[in-house]
Amino acid sequence: MTQPPISDYAIVGDCHSAALVSREGAIDWLCWPRFDAGSWFARILDWERGGALRIRPVGDFETERRYLPGSNVLRTTFHAEGGCVELDDMMTVAAYEEAHATLRSDRELLRIARCTEGEVELAIDVTPRPDYARARPKLERRGALGVFCTHGADAMVLRVHPGTLGIDEDGGRVHGRWTLRAGETAQLGATFAREEPAIVPALGEAAQRRAAQTERWWRSWSSQCRYAGRYQDAVKRSMLALRLMQYAPTGGLVAAPTTSLPERVGGERNWDYRYCWLRDAALTVQSLLGLGYEDEASSFIHWMLHTTRLTWPEIHTLYDLHGHRDTPEAELPHLAGYRGSRPVRIGNGASDQLQLDSYGELVCAATAYWMGQEDDPSRETWRQLRKVGEWVCAHWCDRDEGIWEIRAERQPHTYSVVMCWAALDGLLRLADRFDLRCPRERFRETRARIREAVETHGWSEAEQSYQATFEEDRADASLLLLGRFGYADPHSARMRGTVARVRRDLERDGLVWRYPPSTDDGVAGHEAAFGVCSFWLVGALARQGELGEARRCFERLLEVANDVGLYAEEMRAEDGAPRGNFPQALTHLGLVDAALELERCERAVPRDGAEAVA
Amino acid sequence: MTSGIGWLMLGALLGSLLMTGLMSAGRFLGLSRMSLPFVLGTMFTPNRDRAVPLGLAMHIGSAMVVSLLYFAVFRLMGGAPWWMGGLLGLGHGVATYLLFLPSLPGLHPRMASERDGPEPTRVLEPPGPLGLNYGKRTPLIGILAHVVFGVVVAVFCGQGMK
Repeated sequence: MTQPPISDYAIVGDCHSAALVSREGAIDWLCWPRFDAGSWFARILDWERGGALRIRPVGDFETERRYLPGSNVLRTTFHAEGGCVELDDMMTVAAYEEAHATLRSDRELLRIARCTEGEVELAIDVTPRPDYARARPKLERRGALGVFCTHGADAMVLRVHPGTLGIDEDGGRVHGRWTLRAGETAQLGATFAREEPAIVPALGEAAQRRAAQTERWWRSWSSQCRYAGRYQDAVKRSMLALRLMQYAPTGGLVAAPTTSLPERVGGERNWDYRYCWLRDAALTVQSLLGLGYEDEASSFIHWMLHTTRLTWPEIHTLYDLHGHRDTPEAELPHLAGYRGSRPVRIGNGASDQLQLDSYGELVCAATAYWMGQEDDPSRETWRQLRKVGEWVCAHWCDRDEGIWEIRAERQPHTYSVVMCWAALDGLLRLADRFDLRCPRERFRETRARIREAVETHGWSEAEQSYQATFEEDRADASLLLLGRFGYADPHSARMRGTVARVRRDLERDGLVWRYPPSTDDGVAGHEAAFGVCSFWLVGALARQGELGEARRCFERLLEVANDVGLYAEEMRAEDGAPRGNFPQALTHLGLVDAALELERCERAVPRDGAEAVA
Repeated sequence: MTSGIGWLMLGALLGSLLMTGLMSAGRFLGLSRMSLPFVLGTMFTPNRDRAVPLGLAMHIGSAMVVSLLYFAVFRLMGGAPWWMGGLLGLGHGVATYLLFLPSLPGLHPRMASERDGPEPTRVLEPPGPLGLNYGKRTPLIGILAHVVFGVVVAVFCGQGMK
């Protein structure tokens, strides 16, 4: 059997960890107890050895699926030969009071099958393979408590209701069967314990209550979304996916819950994205605030400031969920990779890179947050932010790897330098708003010098466009953001020229590449169109007043989401098929940001020459 | 006598902290999932955030009470050599793992049983004989930790009896 396309997957999660569920009802990716822990199921990275948790009808079937409205509860409907079965997948969550009223497992995956028509036989097949399939757990039946799969101080408990689970003779597989008639329900619960006795939640009615709590919790959260524009479904789905990927204990947002899903099938551009990139900070905060999620924005800001405190004023490109910067990259040669895409990597070497734009992102996030607050930042926070400004004044002309983490020689990237400008500009605005002390003159002078440098060395007279670096005259999608962070007037001739060049050199039918394929980025092979860049184009067009074209591009991008509204990091040029890690927070942030920009620009009074609101 | 009890309590406090620390080290090293503070705390609250500190206090408190028995034995024997403390700790540990843990499902209001399975309020994994359900090295680590407790209590008691 061929490995399914990435678009076949949907996600369920609990703001600590996530699982990918295929259209065939297989959980092919699950890391417990948190996003960046070792996997228990990794069939998506090795079809034979990775391990999975499957529930599927015996015989041929077709599927359709959707998320229950306003929630991250996935419903897959199997149309089998004998009838129809709905399978609801979720990781249980609950409000604090509900969660602490009874003893609950740290992690619980709940799968509830309900026969709606005829009679259907379902096969259960579980192959737990902890530690990225490097280990085989000990499988043990413990009477009515179910099957315990133990590995060191970790335990996964599998239970079903009704019936029992069996273990294969070789001790590597758990199996079971249900025959359901119309109106009948069956449940499978998988729970996890680390370094503690396991909690084995009851199934039956108690599980139905937890399922209802879960759905209620997500609905309550998503109902707070303030967006009332025309793309509500897509925006809500994106926010739900993003919330699922925001690690609850710290507020950090993982770039994606997966590792090594390839940017090109068979290629080596396979990275571990289960970390938090500061690059995404400003978009994260602005999107959360734009939709009314102040608590989540606040928690993210505090994660960001707490995380970077240890290395302040230097900041790193990425951190783990608890703010540690030690994320050594390693390869897993025993895994075959998604459709043979090797190597499979864990950890991420980009943490050692210098990305000057991160400084701007961080300050822009803080600025966006505190400009909307009554209270000023605390003295300690302001001292931290001011030191970033001083660091930027001393280092803005350093060469760096740039926003795209180019694994080649460092260069003076135009976007990086512009984000240094944005950092100083944001700090000056905060200082003015709250009358805070900072070296204003030094910040102003440096800001002016940066602008002069960008306008001189970052501008291509020949192409009438900003260029990727001070030394290379090529297009770069990050330049679409120059109007986003207040550096350039979106209506200026320079920005119009830049957007036009990006469209000419990097866009194909609404899909936008990060940089031209000929660019030496230090890795073999070519990549696909980049999701967030495609949404940046929508925002850039909207800011220029080209609302009809912006909407056309946006709607084209909505078409390439998978059937449940999720996006990967990249999209294949031919058909928009997802490529790279999935789902990707940055792409969904781009979608939300583009939708908010469209709405904001549609509300604004059209400027002379700009297209009227349709 | 007062000074002797003072030394005993100090020894029991340090010994129980060391015992808990050793058992925690066993968990962090992947050798066992046994967490006595968690098991004890969940007898009184389903709130996991509160259960562990409550259970830790209970564990230390009960260790102090049990140390009075140690004290009585030391007085009876007229001394508190470290090896005697170790032997008492060994007996204490064996009794805990052989008798107390297997009887927990009957005492613990939130512990499930293998025979009946979990119920809505009884969901905690039972420890099984010798606590082996929590990992096959569980009794080894637990009894060793109790031996260390006994030695520490004996050493401090010895100071008080001088």
